[in-house]
Amino acid sequence: MEKERILIIGGGPAGLEAAYNLAENNYAVTIFEKDTEIGGNIKKWVKLFPDFGDAAEVRKNFKDKVTRQDIDIKTDISINELYSENGKWFAKNSSGNVYEGNAALLATGFETFNASRKEELGYGIYNNVITSVEFEQMYKTGKIITAEGKTPERIAFLNCVGSRDEKVGNHYCSRICCINAVKQAIEFKELVPDAEAYCFYMDMRMAGQFYEELYRKSQEKFGVTYIRGRISEAAGTIDNRIQIKSEDTLTGLPLKMTVDLLVLMVGIESSDSTTALAKQNEINGEYGFAKSVGLHGSDNLTKKEGLFLAGSCKRPLTLPETIADGRAAAIQIIEFLKLKVKN
Amino acid sequence: MKNWGYKISKPRGIDLDTANIKEFDKLAEKVPSAKRCLMCGACSATCSATNHTDFNFRKCHLMFRRGQFENISEELDKCMLCGKCKLVCPRGVNTRAIIYNMRIFLNNMDYKNI
Ligand code: SF4
Ligand code: SF4
Ligand code: SF4
Repeated sequence: MEKERILIIGGGPAGLEAAYNLAENNYAVTIFEKDTEIGGNIKKWVKLFPDFGDAAEVRKNFKDKVTRQDIDIKTDISINELYSENGKWFAKNSSGNVYEGNAALLATGFETFNASRKEELGYGIYNNVITSVEFEQMYKTGKIITAEGKTPERIAFLNCVGSRDEKVGNHYCSRICCINAVKQAIEFKELVPDAEAYCFYMDMRMAGQFYEELYRKSQEKFGVTYIRGRISEAAGTIDNRIQIKSEDTLTGLPLKMTVDLLVLMVGIESSDSTTALAKQNEINGEYGFAKSVGLHGSDNLTKKEGLFLAGSCKRPLTLPETIADGRAAAIQIIEFLKLKVKN
Repeated sequence: MKNWGYKISKPRGIDLDTANIKEFDKLAEKVPSAKRCLMCGACSATCSATNHTDFNFRKCHLMFRRGQFENISEELDKCMLCGKCKLVCPRGVNTRAIIYNMRIFLNNMDYKNI
């Protein structure tokens, strides 16, 4: 008998973990990845919080796990349409090819906030205002420098860019950027111990194992200075530095300072494919994310029979949560397919 | 002097480009635990002096950190060095040592001219 096939949209950690577990349970899998390489957002990272784990290593392990005959990986393919007919699921790409499966898993992940939408922060205007993703790419080269090639003497990180902000329509917290700021501030101080590192925050949300400890270490061992206040504006100076203004809310005084580099901790937003495919299937939730049936116990199910969800297409999730969710989705899919055979 | 009906007010606010923030580094060398202060305010909440005057140790500490030294000396005179603040601190900050050392630093520097 031919194996039943599951269509997985998205070759990031959620999709890959689900694929591996389905294949281990004797199902055939097709993964559709829009990029040239699988790995999703991990591709952008060098070290992972909170343990400074090697992102390349994590990617390699995934690749090894899913490189097998029963997993068909189709890269450079964007799925534009996802629909069901007579109990089967179909995925159609931009050139009109249609792929068929017995169930479908949406694992289309997230995209980071486009920082130029917050014009007052100067991203896209001043070269020395960068995003946390660009910091990561620069870190890959082994040094952090300004647009002029100078080693910064002062760097500032600004939390909650594109999150917790009604002005951009995102009321939610992205959950990963606080700890990422702590991680990147430490990485910077390791590279340039004599420089000053500042982090502007509204709340330090250290709600993960070892997050608080890392925050404490960043203060105690690395001397990172935390200022509670949201930067209201950033302006370029004549020597291409960045002048920032905020309130130091714990002193109750306005505060200004000039930095060599300003790093915007961009939040998580729903990816375009998540939003489009969720809408087509009427499982669109808030902020463009896909909506599961319920948080407690049915978080991988959708109201569409045979369509499942995994990972940060639902909401901002950390990497370990995403991986666990991929595995959970696989179990739900297996249960569903077994029940179908029985009936 | 002629009264024009308005006066020029001193700029209020912290300018970290000109403030002397290195003084805190020296303080932190003496009292390393100062670096891990969260500014939670438990110390001031429990302080008897804070409850009866406008003295606030947390704020004095933060102002020192930001290089805003004016009035801190006078404020610190209200502290009795009783150590109650140290008992409640969730980050184990040696608050009393900070107060003691801030006084020494402030005595030794002509902070009004910084
Ligand atoms: S994790 Fe931190 S930086 Fe990110 S949105 Fe939440 S509070 Fe803001
Ligand atoms: S109780 Fe401790 S951590 Fe909190 S403000 Fe006072 S010294 Fe800082
Ligand atoms: S040592 Fe000073 S600041 Fe601390 S509780 Fe006593 S009076 Fe207040």
